[in-house]
Amino acid sequence: MVEFVTIFLVVITTTLLVVRVAYVISQSSKPTRNTSQKDLSTLVVLGSGGHTAEMINLLSVMQKDRFAPRYYIAAATDNMSLQKARVFEGILDDKGADGTQFMQIYRSREVGQSYITSVGTTLLALGHALWLMVKVRPHVILCNGPGTCIPICAIAFIFKVLGIRWSYIFYVESIARVKRLSLSGLLLYKLHMADQLFVQWPQLQKQYPRAHYVGRLM
Amino acid sequence: MDGINNHFEAKRTVFVTVGTTSFDSLVRTVDSDQVKEALSEKGYTHLVIQMGRGSYIPKKSSGEDGSLAVDYFTFSSSIADYLRSASLVISHAGSGSIFETLRMAKPLVVVVNEDLMDNHQSELAEELAERKHLFCARPQTLYQVIKSLNLDTIVPYEPGDANPVARLINKHLGFPAD
Repeated sequence: MVEFVTIFLVVITTTLLVVRVAYVISQSSKPTRNTSQKDLSTLVVLGSGGHTAEMINLLSVMQKDRFAPRYYIAAATDNMSLQKARVFEGILDDKGADGTQFMQIYRSREVGQSYITSVGTTLLALGHALWLMVKVRPHVILCNGPGTCIPICAIAFIFKVLGIRWSYIFYVESIARVKRLSLSGLLLYKLHMADQLFVQWPQLQKQYPRAHYVGRLM
Repeated sequence: MDGINNHFEAKRTVFVTVGTTSFDSLVRTVDSDQVKEALSEKGYTHLVIQMGRGSYIPKKSSGEDGSLAVDYFTFSSSIADYLRSASLVISHAGSGSIFETLRMAKPLVVVVNEDLMDNHQSELAEELAERKHLFCARPQTLYQVIKSLNLDTIVPYEPGDANPVARLINKHLGFPAD
């Protein structure tokens, strides 16, 4: 009898989850019917290489009062990105007067790290991402490719499914990706986790029809 | 320009940059007598190498004997000034270096590092070379590319625009378009 009830509950929960996930995915691709015009707290994921430069380039044309407060996140081993963000914001400390914050997150995997140890570091990164996401619960997430965005987007998606916070995830694939999506982009695309996924080259739009081609940003 | 070097000739600098990487094969190739002579023949007078984390150290030269004047450094917080005063840029295939150079409308030769494992960088260099915004080379082919360099074939790069993305994001969030 107990086994029957357990199985029944598992089936019901799984079905509800599947339905909820399907609902979240279908709603994500539609524009919001939000007309409240309130400002939206925004999480910005930075990354080494060209990622931060591209992100700042995008932020420079977005209305600062709409996307506030802004939370910048970079990998713990990335020394330059948060500094570039501070310069962009004109803030010298870790916290700005309007609530802008600069935070570091553990990396899932360093370049060249063995895959075995990567399991442990990925779990650590997921835990840290969960902690940060619970604190921030952003309305908007902006990312453009670094691996650090995957744990964050995964947790944001889970929050959406569980009704904890609806975060709009906007992913702009790096300008350096001409013919193939990056691993981050591919994951977000295949799993339907981004509200909108933007690509900068026409070849990518042909390969990934659900992506939005927006030309070059740089 | 012919190969005559005299004190009254304008300074024409070649700036080489490898960003935050280590790219010994590029620095070594650029520092070779062969390449330096080819650059000199093309009318360049100075060579400045930003060598990053590389271990190969170029030979400095004052260029008094009529050859290329060579100088180098490892890193700089900003290479904008070096780019601005360069007549030719030879760069690794990082997107940051590439677009910073193109937005300044400087002639650019991008050298792809084949020792890098996941070489998605070459996609960008090849695409931009196909569109004639820059020249693409590998360390082994750099000498040939410089010998046959014709800057007249370059098509200026129109800087990109992030506004379309910002508009789409605003639209998705229900903000009014402005």
